[in-house]
Amino acid sequence: MKKISEISEKIIQGDIRAIARGISLVENGGEEGEELLKNLYVEGRSYILGITGPPGAGKSSLINLLIDKFKEHFNKVAVLAIDPSSPFTGGAILGDRIRMQTHTGDPNVYIRSMASRGHLGGIAGATKDAIKVVSAGGYDLVIVETVGVGQSEIDVVKLADTTVLVLVPGLGDEIQAMKSGIMEIGDLFVINKSDKPESEKLATTVRWIVDEHYKDSEYKPPIIPTSVYKNEGIGDAVRDIIKHKEYIYRTGIHTNKIKLRIKDDINSLLERKLNDFIQKHIKYPEKIEKWVEQVYRGESTPFEIIKSIHENLIIDVKEEI
Amino acid sequence: MKKKIRILIAKPGLDGHDRGAKFIARALRDAGMEVIYTGIRQTPESIADTAIQEDVDFVGLSLLSGAHNVLFPKVVEELREKGAEDIVVFGGGVIPEDDIPFLKKKGVQAVFTPGTSIKDVVDFINKKMNEKN
Ligand code: B12
Ligand SMILES: Nc1nc2c(ncn2[C@@H]2O[C@H](COP(=O)(O)OP(=O)(O)OP(=O)(O)O)[C@@H](O)[C@H]2O)c(=O)[nH]1
Ligand SMILES: [Mg+2]
Repeated sequence: MKKISEISEKIIQGDIRAIARGISLVENGGEEGEELLKNLYVEGRSYILGITGPPGAGKSSLINLLIDKFKEHFNKVAVLAIDPSSPFTGGAILGDRIRMQTHTGDPNVYIRSMASRGHLGGIAGATKDAIKVVSAGGYDLVIVETVGVGQSEIDVVKLADTTVLVLVPGLGDEIQAMKSGIMEIGDLFVINKSDKPESEKLATTVRWIVDEHYKDSEYKPPIIPTSVYKNEGIGDAVRDIIKHKEYIYRTGIHTNKIKLRIKDDINSLLERKLNDFIQKHIKYPEKIEKWVEQVYRGESTPFEIIKSIHENLIIDVKEEI
Repeated sequence: MKKKIRILIAKPGLDGHDRGAKFIARALRDAGMEVIYTGIRQTPESIADTAIQEDVDFVGLSLLSGAHNVLFPKVVEELREKGAEDIVVFGGGVIPEDDIPFLKKKGVQAVFTPGTSIKDVVDFINKKMNEKN
């Protein structure tokens, strides 16, 4: 394995092999992944577009067409496409890429399939870190395709600057059921497969829900019919996505999102580091079984144990300073 | 966490027989691997580019049309040219026994013909994975 500093250097130069390896490192977690992120921490440098929606809605097929149009607005496009891992074997078939394969070979398009690896919420645990890797590699647009989701799996909203919810006719009652959920997800609603019957009816229903929900708001999510088969509506979608981008940059919403993400990064790092530090100082691995034994025999309680740890810990830290 | 094995199953050339490739893809998923499938009609160059972008450990080629002697070595070459010779290339499909020594000489590290058990494929992958580390 090459040295991490060397890989970081190459990532910053935009080397594809290094970027691909870098994503694997953050996916696998551990010290190498952390070392890498330490070298290339970035936040807010790229514009991040989340594409979510039920299984088979046409997310990947849409992204395939969107990429062409986005080239007028961005220099380099990265796609992170997430598919579910099998909860039984841990394996996965990553099938999103097939729909975008025509872009392979384009030096300004990078496509990476990621397995969810047990993470719930429609994305992989390492998606956030993978975004940082491609962002450091100079991709100014990062598109994240989620696992086909229900209404509870909306983690992508936190990572993305703009989230597009793709819906398709035939969902019927599900739309009604999603009513409360979907408003929080979509900055834009794309009604794909508009070549199919019932698509207008769906658009009307969504319009009705959106109007109701955004009655008093400055921004009203647009509802855009598209058809991948007929190559219709793609330009409209790109235009409205860019409009949303401009809206969040203008109003400071973007700045707030970035700060929230930075806060998240600090919090999770702090939590992990503090935990490591404390475990080391209280000699957790050596002692835990003894504590369990004490409580089991009725000689102590978890509260008493924590209290004594707490007191000793304060002394320890003082000594260290 | 143990490193996940990532593998690309690819169909070079014009051959449309995709049952075997899909069968292998599912079997490897069931063996706990992360499998990317390219779909049919890929050029050796796009297969190599895909392998690099996806940072796979292996590329498994599937061909039933008879063009393996040209296309399999071409994928190996493309990977080498792009500085990714550490990615293991192997293959399967309707391939005469007599062609296998030639393919191996060209850097195709194993060939699995109709009727091979999936266990043999998984064993090969695990063995190569151990050699890599
Ligand atoms: C089903 C079939 C078709 C179906 C394909 C459906 C599909 N979507 O796949 C249809 C009817 C469409 C078809 C069409 C044709 N076919 Co056809 N077809 C077959 C047949 C009968 C079975 C293939 C199959 O699906 N087997 C089942 C799968 C699971 O097995 P498999 O693919 O061999 O895979 C196994 C192994 O090979 C290995 N493996 C395969 N790939 C990989 C990859 C990796 C990485 C690994 C590890 C292992 C591995 O593992 C698998 C499991 O053991 C074969 C004859 C045969 N007995 O092989 C002819 C055969 C492949 N077809 C043949 C021909 C000529 C054609 C046509 C050109 C006919 C024509 N004149 O129109 C067309 C071409 C179509 C095209 N676009 O390319 C010839 C090829 C001759 C050659 N190689 O010289 C064959 C060999 C028949 C023959 N004896 O002449 N065919
Ligand atoms: N009729 C019609 N079919 C479409 C359209 N867009 C996509 N499809 C088809 O819908 C199926 C699913 O498309 P994908 O792009 O894989 O959908 P997805 O949302 O990415 O699917 P998952 O990632 O598996 O959730 C494919 O068979 C597409 O060809 C469209 O506009 N009209
Ligand atoms: Mg998809």
